[in-house]
Amino acid sequence: MHPNRDEPNPPTSPKKGLVEVLTDNRVTRSVIRHGYPDTNRNRALVVFSNFFLHIHPVKARVRAIAFPRTFYLGGLSAVMFFILVVTGLLLMFYYHPSSPRAYEDMKDLRFVVSAGVFLRNLHRWSAHAMVALVFLHMVRVFYAGAYRPPREFNWVLGVVLFLLTVLLSYTGYLLPWDQLAYWAVTVGTRMAQATPVIGDEISFLMLGGHSVDSNTLVRFFVLHCVLLPTVLTVVLAVHIWRVRKDGGIYIPPDERDETLRPGGEDTVSNEVVVAPNAEDEELQ
Amino acid sequence: MKSNLKPEFEVVEGTDARQVPVRLLVVQEEARPAVELQDEPVVMTFPHLFVRELIALVAASLFIVVISLLFDAPLEELANPQKTPNPAKAPWYFLGLQELLHYYPPVISGVVLPGLVVTALAVIPYFNVNVQRTPFWATHKPQKIVGVLVATGVVTLIFYITGAHPIWPLIGPTWLIGLCMLLPVLVRADLRVLRWVETRSLAFWIFTWFLVAAVVMSVIGVFFRGPAWSFTLPWVDGIY
Repeated sequence: MHPNRDEPNPPTSPKKGLVEVLTDNRVTRSVIRHGYPDTNRNRALVVFSNFFLHIHPVKARVRAIAFPRTFYLGGLSAVMFFILVVTGLLLMFYYHPSSPRAYEDMKDLRFVVSAGVFLRNLHRWSAHAMVALVFLHMVRVFYAGAYRPPREFNWVLGVVLFLLTVLLSYTGYLLPWDQLAYWAVTVGTRMAQATPVIGDEISFLMLGGHSVDSNTLVRFFVLHCVLLPTVLTVVLAVHIWRVRKDGGIYIPPDERDETLRPGGEDTVSNEVVVAPNAEDEELQ
Repeated sequence: MKSNLKPEFEVVEGTDARQVPVRLLVVQEEARPAVELQDEPVVMTFPHLFVRELIALVAASLFIVVISLLFDAPLEELANPQKTPNPAKAPWYFLGLQELLHYYPPVISGVVLPGLVVTALAVIPYFNVNVQRTPFWATHKPQKIVGVLVATGVVTLIFYITGAHPIWPLIGPTWLIGLCMLLPVLVRADLRVLRWVETRSLAFWIFTWFLVAAVVMSVIGVFFRGPAWSFTLPWVDGIY
């Protein structure tokens, strides 16, 4: 048997509570390979054996998880991206990237589709929020000096992520195919056209022609729904992975900190976390 | 952290992983916070960090939901290439650049300056002035006073002369930052805020200058620009 998998509790107590019934059976244990997280060992295993939580270490520094340190700006940016992916997928069910059908789909979202307006609102406002949050995250990281070695390249990846975010928002801006979308994108592409020597080529590549038309709509649609989100997801994964490899949230080494005192009840000392059965695992 | 322990096993080289089972322990040379800080108070990620993240996720989602219930995403009439709205505005995060377009030709405001900004952002970690962050006023005080004044003057001159109009939205922040930098020299008082200002580094001031300038330009572009990019007051003429 897997060393991390708890044996179902021996029938010491005659009656099982609901929690035990739900967690203490073969099926649940095949999915979640540890017991109820009421011991530090099982709490460690929650993080350790979960694909989604394994980006975290088993223990977190009190100073690192305090809200005023980071305002969770990076995490909240990721939350916005998650909302955008979910609502974006749903919006794609109702959308045709062709002129003038794209605009008619907007009207349908407003007047025909159940909660269509709400869906579009969620996507629109979280997109704005993501641009703002990513920028604020970058500002916060600069002031913390968190790009210092060995994190230089992760800062560069952060700049790339910011550019990807802006590009995603910009390509999405065209998709409703209304006057606002059309002219905002026209203004933007005219700036790109001003590039010396290759300006016209860049513009042609972006627009799929000489002006914003239905070719542009298809290009921006593919960029917005496939290419850019995929690239962003990959770069984001590397970004988070590197934060973890560099020891988590950056804390200036010279920071004089008042919280560096013997912790309260919940504070775990470094020694007690390795439980029997888990000694051969790297619990950090 | 270089190990001076001698390996007690014989190093055998080979390509068959089953014949030569070698376990590797790689300790990176860079100082890692996780390695350095031994006595740091820690808590279990589950539930402490997990619960915080969950609250942040739910709170952010709720916020977006409430905003989405209250405000509808804008939708104007069908795109019409024959009918140019006045003013035609880019998305808000580009309005700082569009405001620049008012002063410089597109090649400067749309290509050169944004390119420089992105490049400057990307190379921040590779310059010692950013990494060391020594307090600006730590050394060479008289020379630096002259330096700040000259720099403010030169930047003001550049933004006054080079643009199609004097770029007040950039001259203003330049003076603001210059003044803040000189504050510990100008005001002789034992105030906490002055001591804080005094210990800021040059990197801090440059970045703050960029930030204030970018915010001022964007705010003007979003709220104070109307037809033909004329200056309008949002509380009088509304937001275009």
